Amino acid sequence: MGALTLGHFLTLGGILFALSVVGIFLNRRNLIVLLMAIELMLLAVNMNFVAFSHYLPLEADRLAGQIFVFFILTVAAAESAIGLAILVVLFRNRATIAVDQLDGLKG
Amino acid sequence: MSATLSQNLLLSVALAPLVGAVVAGLFGKLVGRRGAHVVTILGVAVSFVGSVLVLVDVIGGARFNATVYEWMVLGSLKMEVGFLVDGLTAMMMCVVTFVSLMVHVYTIGYMADDPGYQRFFSYISLFTFSMLMLVMSNNFLQLFFGWEAVGLVSYLLIGFWFKKPTAIFANMKAFLVNRVGDFGFILGIGLIAAYAGTLNYGETFAKAGELAKLSFPGTDWMLLTVACICLFIGAMGKSAQFPLHVWLPDSMEGPTPISALIHAATMVTAGIFMVARMSPLFELSDAALNFVLVIGAITALFMGFLGIIQNDIKRVVAYSTLSQLGYMTVALGASAYSVAVFHLMTHAFFKALLFLGAGSVIMGMHHDQDIRNMGGLRRYMPLTWITSLLGSLALIGTPLFAGFYSKDSIILAVEASRLPGAGFAAFAVVAGVFVTAFYSFRMYFLVFHGEERFRHKPYPPEDDHAHADDHGHHGAHEPHESPWVVTLPLVLLAIPSVVIGYLTIQPLLFGDFFKDAIFVDAARHGAMAELAAGFHGAWGMALHGLQTLPFWLALSGVVVAWWFYLKQPAIPAAIGRALAPLVKVLENKYYMDWINEHILAAGARLLGLGLWKGGDVALIDGAVVNGSARAVGGVALLVRRVQTGLLSWYALAMVLGVFALLTWQLWPYLVRA
Repeated sequence: MGALTLGHFLTLGGILFALSVVGIFLNRRNLIVLLMAIELMLLAVNMNFVAFSHYLPLEADRLAGQIFVFFILTVAAAESAIGLAILVVLFRNRATIAVDQLDGLKG
Repeated sequence: MSATLSQNLLLSVALAPLVGAVVAGLFGKLVGRRGAHVVTILGVAVSFVGSVLVLVDVIGGARFNATVYEWMVLGSLKMEVGFLVDGLTAMMMCVVTFVSLMVHVYTIGYMADDPGYQRFFSYISLFTFSMLMLVMSNNFLQLFFGWEAVGLVSYLLIGFWFKKPTAIFANMKAFLVNRVGDFGFILGIGLIAAYAGTLNYGETFAKAGELAKLSFPGTDWMLLTVACICLFIGAMGKSAQFPLHVWLPDSMEGPTPISALIHAATMVTAGIFMVARMSPLFELSDAALNFVLVIGAITALFMGFLGIIQNDIKRVVAYSTLSQLGYMTVALGASAYSVAVFHLMTHAFFKALLFLGAGSVIMGMHHDQDIRNMGGLRRYMPLTWITSLLGSLALIGTPLFAGFYSKDSIILAVEASRLPGAGFAAFAVVAGVFVTAFYSFRMYFLVFHGEERFRHKPYPPEDDHAHADDHGHHGAHEPHESPWVVTLPLVLLAIPSVVIGYLTIQPLLFGDFFKDAIFVDAARHGAMAELAAGFHGAWGMALHGLQTLPFWLALSGVVVAWWFYLKQPAIPAAIGRALAPLVKVLENKYYMDWINEHILAAGARLLGLGLWKGGDVALIDGAVVNGSARAVGGVALLVRRVQTGLLSWYALAMVLGVFALLTWQLWPYLVRA
């Protein structure tokens, strides 16, 4: 067993990202799962940010990536709030949150 | 270029008839019948007096060539209204306004009972204005304006009795045939404007030498030959030269005064005037001159033949006009421009006289125009008889009469011409003399002499005259002499028809009246010089004329007409039977109408049908417009399947897209790694 390297972290980020992508388009029933998958996607990105910043060669540079993570978390929280609000309104109007029935964009 | 003419005088000459036309046309109800003819006659009289003043000044050496109004400037091309007044213009102004004045006075009598009285006066005044703009112009654009304006008025007047179907067909025909000519005309003007860079006559003529060196793009023809032939095609339409002559006989559907004014004396001579005005250009191209010569010769001879078999009094005179226009054109082709213009002037007087005489006869005969129903009218219409006789004598070229001087000069000029077509042309004009004399006196004898056939009317007139005619159509009314407003113009026109040639041949042909207006390259085209060498005074020419072939041909034409139609009326019928196929060809006017109708018009219709069905419906509507709509629809039908409306699909597509894009962009790095 060697020590943890950047590769491990990036692999974890990649797996998280892939999971969330698959979650988006395999999910047919529930819009909340879709929102969760998007959150997961953002977390995967955050993972990468933190990993990259930790392995930077200069001590002074390492802060920047971690500050970005906070920004992204803030935006993700705001996005979830708005997304859930839309979801509530959508349920009131359509009485469903099943993804495969929300095909109003169909051409 | 000593003195200059007053611009205000010229403007008043041109604009006075326009004022008359506007008052009579727009306020016709207000001014009434009397007001309409007073105001228009006043306008034309002002114009005539002004023209005479101009002529006197021009004889004294005054000239005018300036822009009066600048309409617009397009780059270096200026569009202007301007006047160029020299001998040629001044003479045309006098002829136009004089004949117009006579016709205005005559119309008071001829149209007395017509409901369109004011309209008619408005039109003929408008015509006078247009014609003056045409002849006074100093640039091609104004020439074209006048050219189209006289064409428009001609159209309006041929169809004056617009309830008569034949008149509507005739004016449409005149309009369409003239469009063909005008198309050539505007192409010619365009060529000149493109290569000379100016529309002004003086500037163009100054560049004529340079233009003569150019050749038409893509060919080795002289540019000027093409331009001149294009211009002459315009003249062929307006001056009714073969094969664009077909409209003129039919234009006789209009009232007689306009046949005299427009379709004999002035408008149809616009083409002759134009070519004479363009003499510095035509003179440089032998090919164009030869073309002019041959077309004129064909018209002069073959249209004369048609006059022989016509029975409508106006049509006989119409074919004689065609033939005389041919004579003028022949003179143009022989580089004897001044002779052509001289014949134009004498012809204007005697042909207007003949037409107005014919109109007087028609009035006397209660609007029956068939000469087979006339005869012996000299006892009933003495003034009309005498004046028509004088007009006919002038037409056939009796020595001392006006027509003699001009026509003999044409014959001499053609015989002196060295162009390739001159031999045929000389034959045509000499033979034409006999034909002219024959048909003129056939008509004269049938109308004024012999048995009084109007008592039983062997050829009942087709009752197609819808216009008001209080004489009553039927019954054997005696013919009657026309009122003084009709006979006065006849007398006033008869005077110049007799004497004008004798008085003016010397200054017009051999003096320097046209010196700066008409250019003849004497070294190459010596016809005028030969004419001048053989000329020993007007009196001597008349005496000499008695011994020449044309005189004896004319005399024999008269004698034959007298023998055939007064002494032995059976002979022409027998000849007609013997030469039945020939008569049939003549009766069908050489099948020109048939060719136009069945070949040209049918071809155009076929082409139109092809373009409509093939070009418009199939190609543009079918392939381009509806086809592109169908293509979009088809593509959309396929593409819309992608648009499922399911978010997960879109997300997948986006991810795959990003993946593809990144792969494409980063491929070099991946490979290197």
